[in-house]
Amino acid sequence: EDPLPLAFFVHDAEIVSSLGKTLESQAVETEKVLDIIYQPQAVFRVRAVTRCTSSLDGHSEAVISVAFSPTGKYLASGSGDTTVRFWDLSTETPHFTCKGHRHWVLSISWSPDGKKLASGCKNGQILLWDPSTGKQVGRTLAGHSKWITGLSWEPLHANPECRYVASSSKDGSVRIWDTTAGRCERILTGHTQSVTCLRWGGDGLLYSASQDRTIKVWRAHDGVLCRTLQGHGHWVNTMALSTDYALRTGAFEPAEASVNAQDLQGSLQELKERALSRYNLVRGHGPERLVSGSDDFTLFLWSPAEDKKPLTRMTGHQALINQVLFSPDSRIVASASFDKSIKLWDGRTGKYLGSLRGHVAAVYQIAWSADSRLLVSGSSDSTLKVWDVKAQKLAMDLPGHADEVYAVDWSPDGQRVASGGKDKCLRIWRR
Amino acid sequence: MPWNKYIELRCKHYGYCLDYHEEKRKKESREAHKCSKKAKKMISLKAKLYHKQGHAEKIQMKKTIKMHEKRNTNKQKQKKNAEKIPQGAVPACLLDREGQSQAKVLSNMIKQKRKEKAGKGEVPLPKVRAYGETEVLKVIRTGKRKKAAWKRLVTNVCFVGDGFTRIPPKYERFIRPMGLRFKKNPPALPPLLHPLHLSGFLSIFYSVLRYHIFLEAFSDVS
Repeated sequence: EDPLPLAFFVHDAEIVSSLGKTLESQAVETEKVLDIIYQPQAVFRVRAVTRCTSSLDGHSEAVISVAFSPTGKYLASGSGDTTVRFWDLSTETPHFTCKGHRHWVLSISWSPDGKKLASGCKNGQILLWDPSTGKQVGRTLAGHSKWITGLSWEPLHANPECRYVASSSKDGSVRIWDTTAGRCERILTGHTQSVTCLRWGGDGLLYSASQDRTIKVWRAHDGVLCRTLQGHGHWVNTMALSTDYALRTGAFEPAEASVNAQDLQGSLQELKERALSRYNLVRGHGPERLVSGSDDFTLFLWSPAEDKKPLTRMTGHQALINQVLFSPDSRIVASASFDKSIKLWDGRTGKYLGSLRGHVAAVYQIAWSADSRLLVSGSSDSTLKVWDVKAQKLAMDLPGHADEVYAVDWSPDGQRVASGGKDKCLRIWRR
Repeated sequence: MPWNKYIELRCKHYGYCLDYHEEKRKKESREAHKCSKKAKKMISLKAKLYHKQGHAEKIQMKKTIKMHEKRNTNKQKQKKNAEKIPQGAVPACLLDREGQSQAKVLSNMIKQKRKEKAGKGEVPLPKVRAYGETEVLKVIRTGKRKKAAWKRLVTNVCFVGDGFTRIPPKYERFIRPMGLRFKKNPPALPPLLHPLHLSGFLSIFYSVLRYHIFLEAFSDVS
């Protein structure tokens, strides 16, 4: 059997060459017992993407959102021409064009079992699509008065049927929809301004970040407000949960991915168990951690299930923060900002690890590879850059887009990166 | 025209003449013939004014007819109400933010001009810029005393269409040498590192890279 790859740390410094060399730089008393902490790394290794295999035309307006399905089998993109398009990944050609929205498709979200896609538009409507036929599933979920800023499905281990989806909107409310019945189950109001980000946690809590500088924690099953996390000085733009990746991929294990992506197999009970075991593994012993990035150039690390005071405040950025993401193993937090840099922070303590500089304009979106070793970022300067996180260096520079890159996603099986932007073109990058 | 309704009052009291209505109807139907006879016989200024009036009336009539044809049905109302999807789609994170302000753009332009003047960050690449008349055209003096200077010789590459025929040489204002007339743009060559060492033939192709200037000036007929 292959040995499990481990990384060893002495006093937060990683042992790269030998223990002696690492200790030279540190002041260590020779009579004390030294603690060497080991962290298991992902067994599989994702290779950096190097080339653009296809540039897919089809959208007649800018591509705003791009998402791979949890198993990496399907690719969906939403655009300003009000259509959602599905792309066939084996031939890299268009698969389906889904018309139904009447305004820009702002956010798309896959259900954790990969069988449904929810898309929200600027008119406040949510439609559900079936990726295998390209047809709309169920009714149009209308209820929001302004545009949809975020969509989040209930985790697979909580409900393997993937029935409920939550949506946040500019009108300041969060709605929980029942997709099988096609109606709004619950409306969570409380925010005074637009809700910018929404996350459905694995513990049955719903987190919503808003422009009124607060983050509200709700109980998902009855809609009761548990906590309000205050501390930011300006709009809270983005949020990330430590278990985000596990919730997104559900029962799919990236280590077991094959070249040809398949749908999830197994009965609902099996899927639920697998998802639950993956979730518990990523979560660890403590509660879920939440990182929020804001317009006041800082990030906060919270433990929302326990306390309403933040764990740490992470400062250092010189412009507003557009996106924060936990790595799939929840050890590192990456924050993309308009100051052209991406900063890496420790996922447990919030300590600053390093900066990734290279972009020449605002960084809009980032995506982690499934093994947490690589990070891809799309920016306003029309390039994508793949970063090696361990060395904190640029691994690959991917030019090719003609205009700003708005959306980036790395497929959970690690094979492809999809990016879309203002030049109306969707590009797929492979090794 | 009567100022009071005494005529009508009288008709009401004593009734109309027996053939009044018939005569009225027939007179009205003869109006068209009368107008047409008048229009045919009129001449000069009177006719002009009369026809101008008639034309204006015709236009108005056509417009009203068209308006009545486009009656507001339900479908048309829906079509009108359907919003036009605005251009410039941006992701949700950028929606509440305005783009670069005008002031920022201007200040950036000024900074760029200043940098260019200072010569900072200049690279030995050929710059694309507009060319003045003196650079592209050469004055040709013609006539017995070589006094007339209205002809110009083009010293740069010209792109001529397929059906290009020269204007009679005597009246030609812009002389385009045969060697500099091209129909297609040759494929882009890599930027030349030592432009000074070009042979005469290659220099023509080099100038092709700068073809975009003065095409408008030569699209006219000299």
